[in-house]
Amino acid sequence: MTPTRKRKLLVIVTLVSLAAVAVGLSLYALRANINLFFSPVQIAQGEAPLERSIRAGGMVKVGSVSRDAESLNVAFTVTDYVDDLPVDYQGILPDLFREGQGVVVVGELQDDGRFRADEVLARHDENYMPPEVAKALEDAGYSPADFQAKAAEIGRQQEDDT
Amino acid sequence: MLIRLIPEVGHFALIIALLMAVIQAALPLAGAATRRPLWMAYGQPMATGQFVFLLLAYGCLTASYLLDDYSVVNVASNANSLLPWYYKLSAVWGNHEGSVLLWSLMLAGWGCVAAWRSQRLPRDMLARVLGVLGLISSGFLLFMLLTSNPFERQLLTMPTDGADLNPLLQDIGLIVHPPMLYMGYVGFSVVFAFAIAALLGGRLDAAWTRWARPWTNIAWAFLTVGIALGSWWAYYELGWGGWWFWDPVENASLLPWLTGTALVHSLAVTEKRGSFKSWTVLMAIATFSLSLMGTFLVRSGVLTSVHAFANDPSRGLFILVLLAITVTLSLLVFALRAPRVSHAVGFNWLSRDALLLINNGLLVTMTMTVLLGTLYPLILDSLGLGKISVGPPYFNALFVPLTVITCLFMGLGPLARWKSTSPGELVRRLWWAGLAALALGALIPLVYRGEWNLWVTLGLSIALWIMLSLGRDLFDRLRHGRSPWQALRRLSLSYWGMVLGHLGVAVTIVGATVVSHYAVEQSVRMAPDTSVSVAGYQFTMTGINDRRGPNYLADTAVIEVQRGDSRRRFVMQPEKRLYLATGMPMTQVALSPGLFRDLYVAMGEDLGDGSWAMRIQYKPFVRWLWLGGLLMALGGVLAVADKRYRRVRPATPVQEGHG
Repeated sequence: MTPTRKRKLLVIVTLVSLAAVAVGLSLYALRANINLFFSPVQIAQGEAPLERSIRAGGMVKVGSVSRDAESLNVAFTVTDYVDDLPVDYQGILPDLFREGQGVVVVGELQDDGRFRADEVLARHDENYMPPEVAKALEDAGYSPADFQAKAAEIGRQQEDDT
Repeated sequence: MLIRLIPEVGHFALIIALLMAVIQAALPLAGAATRRPLWMAYGQPMATGQFVFLLLAYGCLTASYLLDDYSVVNVASNANSLLPWYYKLSAVWGNHEGSVLLWSLMLAGWGCVAAWRSQRLPRDMLARVLGVLGLISSGFLLFMLLTSNPFERQLLTMPTDGADLNPLLQDIGLIVHPPMLYMGYVGFSVVFAFAIAALLGGRLDAAWTRWARPWTNIAWAFLTVGIALGSWWAYYELGWGGWWFWDPVENASLLPWLTGTALVHSLAVTEKRGSFKSWTVLMAIATFSLSLMGTFLVRSGVLTSVHAFANDPSRGLFILVLLAITVTLSLLVFALRAPRVSHAVGFNWLSRDALLLINNGLLVTMTMTVLLGTLYPLILDSLGLGKISVGPPYFNALFVPLTVITCLFMGLGPLARWKSTSPGELVRRLWWAGLAALALGALIPLVYRGEWNLWVTLGLSIALWIMLSLGRDLFDRLRHGRSPWQALRRLSLSYWGMVLGHLGVAVTIVGATVVSHYAVEQSVRMAPDTSVSVAGYQFTMTGINDRRGPNYLADTAVIEVQRGDSRRRFVMQPEKRLYLATGMPMTQVALSPGLFRDLYVAMGEDLGDGSWAMRIQYKPFVRWLWLGGLLMALGGVLAVADKRYRRVRPATPVQEGHG
């Protein structure tokens, strides 16, 4: 090997190892910071970890939202029409949060089976059901189309009422 | 009757523009390859014609909006007769089809300017630049005509009124944010075209860099303003008071900005020293590819946000294919031709060359980490491995330390000499700046808050380090020359551009550091005549009023604010609006802006019994974030104005370095 080649090899080896370290660190940081998504069905089957930051989602069950009279505490139930997940939250709900509409909550599952949300995300969806929930229902062996139709029906009723 | 034909005129104009773009791509490129001057000469008129016809098409769409022509699907789904006229104008690009039209119009505009401003370029070079631009343009026009035609009609099922523009987009921030961002994205396409043309022609000399640099700087400046505006818009419009969410859509604009910044710096080395040539070209390719990828992410509907309008898988696929073709072809050209343009120029490991190389390495590393965090969930999802999301902690954990390291080098860069710098000299000129930055950084949190904070110290220290070392450099430069005044006048505009750009980074860092650590947020329950104290301000709600706007109903809270015991009071009026056409509720934030603090009040929901949930925030130094962005952009513009780029020079190759 000529000296130039040797030097080039050294540079390449250094660069590759540096890049490997960088990618390794990034992947480690990713592992520690990803939030997995669970639907009420999956949580009811015990698939979700306790007291670790996860995301959950479904439809806000009609008539389930109850507010504390003194504070900003609020409790509601998220459902995928198979299983229910009770959620506690403290703070201001987003503009698009409504009963019968899709919602995604970020927070931790407590050992009493309640979900303590740090963040509530709501958005208007033409299908009324968040796509992640539809996917989870399908995986659990249900037909998401039926549930979507149901969700859309309830959603429309809610909208007509307001 | 003729008015009814406006959309058809627009549609035809689009088709003609596409044909012209195809000619602009095919003939000049073929002409340059076979040395036929006549073919090459097609570039300029086609670039001009394309721009004229796209302008016509854009004018037609705007007219349809202003005339409330709901037979056009695009107008019917994004406007409403109650919408004020200025929002009708901005609604043109507040949707997928219209924004692609704006993108193409800007591309044609840049192409047209490039065609007429670059007459002094060698003929084959200009032909290649215009040819590449024509290729890009053809791709986008084809995309528009095949998958997202803004002029699609619904004559039989014409609605009586439009569905209205998304209320979040009815805002001044949105009027200016997308055009700025697009000017940046599209501006990089010109640089990309220059890079590919240089590779094809096998000629990458000092004249080339002198052509490419102004385009890069101006595109970069636009992109910077676009990102700053987006952050500002998210801050006051979304009602959360956050200014950066590491949302994939934001990342999509940050990625080309990072590589664009690397490109700006590596071009400086290429111009001054003739080195890093292939790297510069690679950065130009990367920046434009990332711009395209940003467009793909935002336009394809793989992401869900306010930016993802109607989702249609065929569109995503089209852009993905376009992206794949661009990246593959340009990397192929790069692999085949780069060895011909590059040559090694030696430099010492402590020199401005080396520092800029480190800067580029760090910026690319940042790009990779952000890219990884943005694409990881998408890749896992498409492989069926589960739905995950990557949160801000990941980005902060990697981005913040990398920024700190980059800024350390940023303080050294401007003072280092090309080729080689003696460590002793650097230490002699900068030791006090380092010490002062550390000392002040440690003291300020103590004095300001009476409590020491490691992160604030770190943030302020590096910001001060950048400012003080810039100050030292300026001071030294003023001493050389007969009088300081004369020395000041001798400094070039591009030097001032660099100073402002770096200063902007420091200002942004101060803003980010202070607002991240000293912001106060309180969510409270408020009824008329209740009062809350936040960060030394007394907020008293005096009443709730009803109001009717042009296309919405609103509940307005009247809140009196008083600082401490001072007599001065002012009123803040946050609103909760209900937009009539969409039935969408919206929070209109009340802001009391200031250079050193913002007060921010957002109305939550009606809790019944006359009380409302309110989010009250105290945001110190938050304006500095965007002020820094504006300073950076101004720096970019100043650098372009440097007369060096307007002087006529014969195309001479860069002189060879030693070693």
